[in-house]
Amino acid sequence: MLNTFIGDLGHLSVIVAFVAATVAAYSYYMAARNQPLGETDGSWLRIGRGAFLLHSVAVISIIVCLFTIIYTHRYEYYYAWSHSSNHLPVHYMISCFWEGQEGSFLLWIFWHVCLGLAIMRFHRKWEAPVMAVFAFVQLFLTSMILGVVVLDVKLGSSPFILLRDFLVDLPVFKMNPNFVPKDGTGLNPLLQNYWMVIHPPTLFLGFALTLVPFAFAIAGLWKGELIKWVKPSLPWALLGGLVLGVGVMMGAYWAYETLNFGGYWNWDPVENAVYIPWLVLVAAIHGMVLWQRSRTALRTSFVLVIASFLLILYATFLTRSGVLGNASVHSFTDLGLSGQLLIYLMAFVVLAIWLLVARWKSIPVSEKELTTYNPELWVFVGATVLCLGAFQVLFTTSIPVYNAFLGFLGIKSNLALPADQIAHYTKIQLWMGVLVAFLTGLAQIMWWQKNDKETLTNSLAVPGMITLLSAALVILLVRYNKLQMSPVYIVLLTTGLFGVLANLGVVLTLVRRRVALSGGGIAHIGISLMLLGILASAGYSNIISKNVSGMVYSKEFPEDLNRDNVLLWRNESAPMGGYDISYTGQYYDVPGVPGYVNKELLFRTDDEYKALARADIKAEGKVYYKAGDTVEILPENTYYKVDYKEKKSGNTFTLYPRAQVNEEMGGLLASPDIKRFASHDIYSHISSVPDPSKEKDWSEVKEHVLSIGDTIYLNDYFAVFRGVEPAHETAGLGLAKGDLAIQGDFLVFGEKKQYHVHPMFVVRNSQVGRVSDEVEDLGLRMVFINVDPTKQKFTFGVSTTQKDYIILKAMEKPFINLLWSGTLLMALGFGMALVKRRREARVAEAKTPAAAPVKVRKAKPQVAA
Amino acid sequence: MKKSHLFVIGIIAVAIVIIMSTVGDASVYVSFREARERAADGNLTKVHVVGRLPRDGQKNILGLEYNPTLDPNYFAFTLVDTNRIAQRVIYFNPKPQDFDKSEQVVITGAMRNDVFVADKILLKCPSKYVEKDIKGATASVN
Repeated sequence: MLNTFIGDLGHLSVIVAFVAATVAAYSYYMAARNQPLGETDGSWLRIGRGAFLLHSVAVISIIVCLFTIIYTHRYEYYYAWSHSSNHLPVHYMISCFWEGQEGSFLLWIFWHVCLGLAIMRFHRKWEAPVMAVFAFVQLFLTSMILGVVVLDVKLGSSPFILLRDFLVDLPVFKMNPNFVPKDGTGLNPLLQNYWMVIHPPTLFLGFALTLVPFAFAIAGLWKGELIKWVKPSLPWALLGGLVLGVGVMMGAYWAYETLNFGGYWNWDPVENAVYIPWLVLVAAIHGMVLWQRSRTALRTSFVLVIASFLLILYATFLTRSGVLGNASVHSFTDLGLSGQLLIYLMAFVVLAIWLLVARWKSIPVSEKELTTYNPELWVFVGATVLCLGAFQVLFTTSIPVYNAFLGFLGIKSNLALPADQIAHYTKIQLWMGVLVAFLTGLAQIMWWQKNDKETLTNSLAVPGMITLLSAALVILLVRYNKLQMSPVYIVLLTTGLFGVLANLGVVLTLVRRRVALSGGGIAHIGISLMLLGILASAGYSNIISKNVSGMVYSKEFPEDLNRDNVLLWRNESAPMGGYDISYTGQYYDVPGVPGYVNKELLFRTDDEYKALARADIKAEGKVYYKAGDTVEILPENTYYKVDYKEKKSGNTFTLYPRAQVNEEMGGLLASPDIKRFASHDIYSHISSVPDPSKEKDWSEVKEHVLSIGDTIYLNDYFAVFRGVEPAHETAGLGLAKGDLAIQGDFLVFGEKKQYHVHPMFVVRNSQVGRVSDEVEDLGLRMVFINVDPTKQKFTFGVSTTQKDYIILKAMEKPFINLLWSGTLLMALGFGMALVKRRREARVAEAKTPAAAPVKVRKAKPQVAA
Repeated sequence: MKKSHLFVIGIIAVAIVIIMSTVGDASVYVSFREARERAADGNLTKVHVVGRLPRDGQKNILGLEYNPTLDPNYFAFTLVDTNRIAQRVIYFNPKPQDFDKSEQVVITGAMRNDVFVADKILLKCPSKYVEKDIKGATASVN
């Protein structure tokens, strides 16, 4: 039955959350107004706190309501119906929670609540102004899921909308307004992946974390505390850099494992939208570290911290307003919220820039001129490089926005994203990588010592020499393997190695002094390793499924065309790259049984999710199901077994690339399977299979009249008719008393193995029924047509069809493990730096500001607003 | 001139280089007529074309050519652009499985001789994102 209570409760919670955020923003603003930092108007502060706590409770309530709707399959709600289904396991119910726009806003809101509470707890002094910013952001975010109409303007899109209110025109609701669908439309199968359970929360936590330093910076500008905001917010910025960086790489890893564009990064606008703020945030962290150490780059820190949050907002606008509709494969649909998003973005752009401009002159500037021997200079250059790299991605990704903007002004523009995006981005990003790797090495070495010409030359000599030697070695090895190496690649390789080795040297020295210091070094080793991994795996990615036998349709076309896919007939071996490969059948995932189960062992029933075992289902020597048992299966995905045999070594391995035929999602959704070696990955995915929506084309039935023991020829195979026996219950006939069921027992000799084929003949209530049996491997179908008991003759019909095939694309990705291990090191380094800075901030807070002597020019007295 | 000024000038210079390279690499949405004109002028830069697939009365797509058993890497189809100009397109990759369902197709590539050689196909299947119908929905249920 229709249950409107829970939706109403959820919607009410949204409204409460919105109102509470508004009250909190106003009260916190009033509490902090006209007072120096640390002093507040007590009564306003209490109201602000109460309102934010109420807001938090309301947000939790929204989440509980929405999850209950999904968990209890309340398909009368549009959100549950369009994102979930009856057979979805619980962990994917969690991911369908944030599959939709509204849910992902909710996730973001939730993290802000957590962070806000942490700030109320740990940063008492900053609470009022920082929380004013937080609550202001929450006000905008909750308005996105408000779902109310004010004066004909739709404000937000509610996740609690009823299906009948969403699909108003559907005739069924006219006849029965209380209609509830029996099942939902399900979760996009590409999202049914464990990374999609943990990746979005990570990313949104990263999004949320950029707000913390931003709020501190804004509070600092507002309260005229232009210096003190850095120390408490640096650990938060580091945490943001860590979480966002890991989130980006999780997305990359998910793409690598699940999507089939053949890599981990596609320069899709949605990916870029996260990469840009991350680069800027990392640059901002460098600025803040510079300020902490040598009282320079404070203005830069302000600008970058503010920019990283504004870029997160811009990213949100890009991916959710529908402006990328033609440019991205996975941006959200337009919910009609573009205007609202734009107001959100503009509000913060204007507020931040206005505050920044107003205070610009009073922000202290270092008076010392940076010289070549100052590590600060090189860190600063590094941060600049990151920003320029971010600028390129930003400028290009925004092309659809220019079109939209010009269109808004009435000018028709037909500018499109570059046709070859990879080449376009690589052109600049590769050099950014070169500079980053080189500067991390140089600046890290200089950072920890006093520099002049002599010391610098001395400390650069050893890593420099090892770098050159190892680079030469690698280049020789590459040449030895008959691969080309362009000068650009050589430069990136050398600087990447320098980045690793120089930082390694630094870490080894620092560990002896104090482990806590080495976080930066470790993070930089990670970054350099990632660059080397990207160079190897992307630069030398090798398609091993090159089709050499393809027809030449038109001689006018040059031979540089893609012929990257091979067709594999079932059970026929084919050479591919250095391998002999064969496709040997279709498999299902059966819960509880390790590995996959051959489809031929399963007899499908009317219930899609249940099958009968035709024989014992064994795995690793253990029997999981006996013949005739009912087996629970996951029918959505088919796993195509592909056996690889390396020609040179004779080593074999098996991959199960997965594909899902999903009419509603529009066709075939393929995911790769990856065989991991220490030095490379073999990556295979299905490009195409025979169209499963079309019925198989069976040949005309050919009849054979046989006696027991006869042999017949079928296509290229022969079969022995071994006898007739009573039919087993296994086929799910549901036999009753008085029914007669017999089956023929054939042994068919295929290329690789023998098949038992059992066509059945059933007599029930003097009606004859025939159940044919199919050997998918051989494209054969047999039907038991008749029995002539007097002559001991049996008539069987045989029809054949085209054999099953798959079209496969396979690649080799050398040294991709460098990328993943580099990511882990980077995360570790960020974590160590975070711990160190957090400790410093706490120490500073403990011994109440004795204000470190700061050499500043134009050190104006700071006025409280 | 101070060092910091030089630095700022350097940044601006790089930013300008980045902008110029983006402008240089940016592609355009064009009609088939313009794609042909470009090819006739010897301009082989890739362009985007937005079009629809021609269908007959039964909604079947006309002019699809894909026979994987002959060559899995050859797929040809006809696309009609917004100006109703039809053009034969070749895609040297397997046919995207959801091709038949798509309402709008965006291709990138360039004309070569009389055919448009596409290297990327972006399909728009609106049903993929917004469900509009309920399967098996009859008023008698419940």
